[in-house]
Amino acid sequence: MSLSSLSPLGKALLFILMFLSTSFVVRAEGDVFAQSLNKLAQGGMQEREQAMLEMAETKHARSLLVLQALLDGKLLSLKSDGKLVIGVEQAEGYQLKDALTDSDLGLVERSNVAKITMTNKLRGTLRKALGQLELSAENPEIRLAAVKAMAKDADAKDIELLKNRLNQEPNVKVKEAIETLLLLDNMRSTDRELRLHALQALQALDNVEVVNRLETMLEKDADGNFLESDLEIRQKAELALKKIGQRKQVYSAIETLFFGLSLGAVLVLAAIGLAITFGVMGVINMAHGELMMLGAYTTYVIQQLMPNHLGWSLLLAIPSAFVIAGLTGIAIERGIIRFLYGRPLETLLATFGVSLFLQQTVRSIFSPLNRSVATPEWMSGSWQYNEFLSITWNRLYILIFCLVVFVLLLELLKRTRLGLEVRAVAQNRTMAKAIGIPTARVDALTFGLGSGIAGVAGVALSQITNVGPNLGQAYIVDSFMVVVFGGVGNLFGTLVAGFSLGIANKFLEPYAGAVLAKILVLVFIILFIQKRPRGLFPQKGRAAEA
Amino acid sequence: MMSFSKVAKQLTLGVSFSTLLFTLSQAQAEETIKVGVLHSLSGTMAISETTLKDTMLMLIEEQNKKGGLLGKKLEAVVVDPASNWPLFAEKARELLTKDKVAAIFGCWTSVSRKSVLPVIEELNGVLFYPVQYEGEESSKNVFYTGAAPNQQAIPAVDYLMNDLKVKRWVLAGTDYVYPRTTNKILEAYLKAKGVDKKDIMINYTPFGHSDWQSIVADIKKFGSTGKKTAVVSTINGDANVPFYKELGNQGVSAEEIPVVAFSVGEEELSGIDTKPLVGHLAAWNYFMSVDTTKNAAFINQWHEYIKNPKRVTNDPMEAHYIGFNMWVKAVEKAGSVDPDAVQKAIIGVEFPNLTGGVSKMLPNHHISKPVLIGEIQDDGQFATVWQTNKVVDGDAWSDFLPESKPIIADWTAPINCGNYNTKTKKCSGQKF
Amino acid sequence: MRIAQLTQDKTGATVLGVLSAVTLIIPLFNLLFPVDSFLHFSAYTVSLLGKYLTFALLALSLDLVWGYAGILALGQGAFFALGGYAMGMYLMRQIGALGVYGNPLLPDFMVFLNWQELPWYWHGFDHFGFALLMVLLVPGTLAFVFGWLAFRSRVTGVYLSIITQALTYALLLAFFRNEMGFGGNNGLTDFKTLLGFNIQSEGTRSVLFLLSGLSLIGAYLLSQWIVSSKLGRVVTAIRDQEARVRFLGYRVEMFKLWIFVYAAMLSGIAGALYVPQVGIINPSEFSPLNSLEIVIWVAVGGRGTLYGAIIGAVLVNYAKTVLTGLLPEIWLFSLGAIFVIVTLWLPKGVVGLWQSRLQERAA
Repeated sequence: MSLSSLSPLGKALLFILMFLSTSFVVRAEGDVFAQSLNKLAQGGMQEREQAMLEMAETKHARSLLVLQALLDGKLLSLKSDGKLVIGVEQAEGYQLKDALTDSDLGLVERSNVAKITMTNKLRGTLRKALGQLELSAENPEIRLAAVKAMAKDADAKDIELLKNRLNQEPNVKVKEAIETLLLLDNMRSTDRELRLHALQALQALDNVEVVNRLETMLEKDADGNFLESDLEIRQKAELALKKIGQRKQVYSAIETLFFGLSLGAVLVLAAIGLAITFGVMGVINMAHGELMMLGAYTTYVIQQLMPNHLGWSLLLAIPSAFVIAGLTGIAIERGIIRFLYGRPLETLLATFGVSLFLQQTVRSIFSPLNRSVATPEWMSGSWQYNEFLSITWNRLYILIFCLVVFVLLLELLKRTRLGLEVRAVAQNRTMAKAIGIPTARVDALTFGLGSGIAGVAGVALSQITNVGPNLGQAYIVDSFMVVVFGGVGNLFGTLVAGFSLGIANKFLEPYAGAVLAKILVLVFIILFIQKRPRGLFPQKGRAAEA
Repeated sequence: MMSFSKVAKQLTLGVSFSTLLFTLSQAQAEETIKVGVLHSLSGTMAISETTLKDTMLMLIEEQNKKGGLLGKKLEAVVVDPASNWPLFAEKARELLTKDKVAAIFGCWTSVSRKSVLPVIEELNGVLFYPVQYEGEESSKNVFYTGAAPNQQAIPAVDYLMNDLKVKRWVLAGTDYVYPRTTNKILEAYLKAKGVDKKDIMINYTPFGHSDWQSIVADIKKFGSTGKKTAVVSTINGDANVPFYKELGNQGVSAEEIPVVAFSVGEEELSGIDTKPLVGHLAAWNYFMSVDTTKNAAFINQWHEYIKNPKRVTNDPMEAHYIGFNMWVKAVEKAGSVDPDAVQKAIIGVEFPNLTGGVSKMLPNHHISKPVLIGEIQDDGQFATVWQTNKVVDGDAWSDFLPESKPIIADWTAPINCGNYNTKTKKCSGQKF
Repeated sequence: MRIAQLTQDKTGATVLGVLSAVTLIIPLFNLLFPVDSFLHFSAYTVSLLGKYLTFALLALSLDLVWGYAGILALGQGAFFALGGYAMGMYLMRQIGALGVYGNPLLPDFMVFLNWQELPWYWHGFDHFGFALLMVLLVPGTLAFVFGWLAFRSRVTGVYLSIITQALTYALLLAFFRNEMGFGGNNGLTDFKTLLGFNIQSEGTRSVLFLLSGLSLIGAYLLSQWIVSSKLGRVVTAIRDQEARVRFLGYRVEMFKLWIFVYAAMLSGIAGALYVPQVGIINPSEFSPLNSLEIVIWVAVGGRGTLYGAIIGAVLVNYAKTVLTGLLPEIWLFSLGAIFVIVTLWLPKGVVGLWQSRLQERAA
């Protein structure tokens, strides 16, 4: 029956009916929405799940908003009356809006609201429920995530949805993801041509789902028959797998290389300050690790002072850590080390005492517990080249940071007056003194410089490991190894040594395991020193004999 | 102006006088019952153990407010074994012979317990050990108030298998005895449940491991086969932060590959940026977030004692709470602090735990506790997602290791043995 | 050679005297007087002092290497731990079927980790003689191989120090591994008997104490004889001017190697005596920090005097015992301060202070 065949009266009646029903539906949806909101606020985990599904079903304008807030942990309940609110975190507390009516409720202190707790299961359900809604979200990343969430077990409804979306999708990456999904779906089809065609296209893709699908095709079932009965398709699939596998190997080698470089960067950062205090000045500085620890704690304190500017606090921490660790270093040099020049081995003792002292100081001030240092948004997550190769941002930044610090230090030593004096004193103390270089001042500044760089390294370490009183001890042995391997007194040697040890470690790890890899590297260092008793880049000249 | 020698004389006088006072006060202090607190306050383990020292001081203070024990005040004797295992043995001996403590509350790592064990047994002391451990031990002189593997690891795996439908397993741990044993037990358990060998990946790392890039990448690869994968982590304290950070950065989310940890509690979380951890799991016998009046009172008491409302409570603290109160009850029951009498009296002693149940000291010197599984929230607390409906009895000897299967511990007559072999009917190696 | 020469000087004689007295009196009194007597030393005191004696022996061995041959070895603890493990393995085998699982062959930690048979390197350790041989041979061989490589290629100064540190660090990591079959992090513990004697009995403890004291005295006298012999003087000369000694035609590396191996064996003996008295040996003994501490004992006592090392080891460890009990929260402050003060104001250690006092008085 078409509309035109109805009488005018009929049309009018139908209109009224439709109007009534929609308004009824709207009102009913509003009721359902309010109800499920209620359930969400009070119910247990199971009711909460139900409420979420109900809410997703309703096409209520606010449901997406509320569910998204729930997923982001922004949905709160007021402790006074249990009302659900959406809160935006601010320094003084939460800026609240009523979840039901969107009316502004003003600023409220943190202790007055409680977060609606979520579990993995709930989050999973919610994400799937939101998936269809999210497919038309504005942010392409959300759309991409939605497509990926569907990839696991896409049903016919999802496929239909995706097919519709494909034509209007402006983003290349999202488009690719949808296409992959559709190709994978084609593999399920009964049309052999279509399947062969899809297979051809799939072998060019670097996609984990593709690999999984192809691998299952080659598996046998309980009776020993292949899951895929068609021989030609099976052979093609095998070939495709092989091709993808080859690319995967290349990517994985690149990944390992990056892992090695980033481990190396950490080693270089930890060692480079020592390369100055130990390498250039000959002080066996056992407190080096504790100076790094000071840098890490500086980061923590600055972050506490400006909790709302994570990124800036980290940038600010770099010079602050340099100054604090540097001043501590100068204090150590003026107070203790200057009495010990010419007795390098005794500096070991005194600085060991200092390191115990610093550790206990930190323990007394900040408690022996680890402190939590947050990572700013731009340093978390990773840069995804494809599904087989991704590079984590924090490691990448640390690698860059390490190189920057190194270049700056090198330039400082090469081009500034201080650098010249430092080198002169390192090469021949008496001669330097004779030509009027204030050796005492230069010593203090050099030690301060080395210590300051240790502090800067501490800032970087705070981003990847624990900030606690034991931070220094964990790196001190490694730092000495790197400096000695590279050649005492040679900054460039330290750089090369750090990176090569890092890379060696990472390439050994898959075969030998983490522990054995480390042992092998140590044994290698021991043997290497036998071959080249003064490290990779031995220092030449008079200083070498001292 | 006074001459130097005069000052020196005055100083000596002052010092000797204060020494005299000190000795007097010592003499007066004779009437107390001494309780040894053997937790590292410096070195690598200070991170975890310092809190337990404070907990003990708080519990002892509380007991003294209630009038002490057997009409006497309790006195805490705190020493620092400095995370040095042989020093633990030395300090235990000091506590038992020099200070003559009635009981020792202490140790965290297994090796520290193993180190003091011969000393405690030789001098017939009483040790309360508050941390989850690998089992395979039951000494006449030690009371294990932390979880045995069947009170933590196995329920956690059950939860993952039944509720989250996990099919592939990564058993990742630090290379020492607790993870080794736990993973051996879990491996046997999983195989018994029909999990294929190729669906289990086992990985060990050194203490304080900080570079997790390759391992997390491996886990990611292992978990990308389409089957639901989970990580069972017995990674030790310090290595956890970099591990979770790396997981977060490499984009492994808790929904895809959840990690259930046995060594990450509220206190560890307070030192971590919890953002990358939200949704990951932990299995314990206690969570600070558990909503009972007893727990609220305990948290309140802790905050007042430590004068910091931000401090958290955790599972080993509850273990000390239960252990200490059981000891108090046993001493009252026995009417003395004599170790033999206490060891006898304490078996069967019941005390309400903080999660709403009642824990009991079993004949095998372990206690019964509920098992809770919680998901990490972004405020560093756990939301309980699953729990046993009643307390689980701690099993000293695992049934999933072939050699320990026939062995049971029972410190009541007629067996009276920590490692009684039910097959050979023998109790080997006991000195009693 | 006369005794006076062996004791070096007055201070040396005093130290030796006190040492002999302590070594004899404590076990003797414990045999003569009943347990509740005032003159009876408690098991706590005996085991504590016994531990100090083994540490003193260890410090003595390092002093030979550092104070006389000028090699700052940051890995002396490795030899100590190896000696300890050799003894520990013997003690483990002695447990036999008395282990908790009642397995006559395998130690407990192998049983519950499902090991089926004893690894080859555990064989032989059920014989005391073999174990004793290993206490000397294992550290000795390692020192020989390591020293032969290092001294021949003229690795000196900080390079040598750091690779000795690398050595002990690598061993630390290796012994941590459970697959190595040395009990992993827990190490070897729960010993029962030594040569059939209950290891916890008063008598065994006294004998062990006596042995520790005698070994220390013996090692002291022997080392004193060595350093005052021609060989010792060449070694000291190498410390002061290596190049010159080489040009004089001495094979420097051989002298160094000799003293290095000898010291490693002494450390091994110290470790072997330490383990039964403390009751546990585990990888933390290999930790680079432990080896650093040994250096500190020697420095505090005064290096290059042998008896200084003994005094230093006892002093620092006594301070640690007292401070960890008295000031558990802040003892690290005082320990740190002691190290700084000693290096700044007592460059020759406590012994140096004592001697300058004596000289002042004489003047």
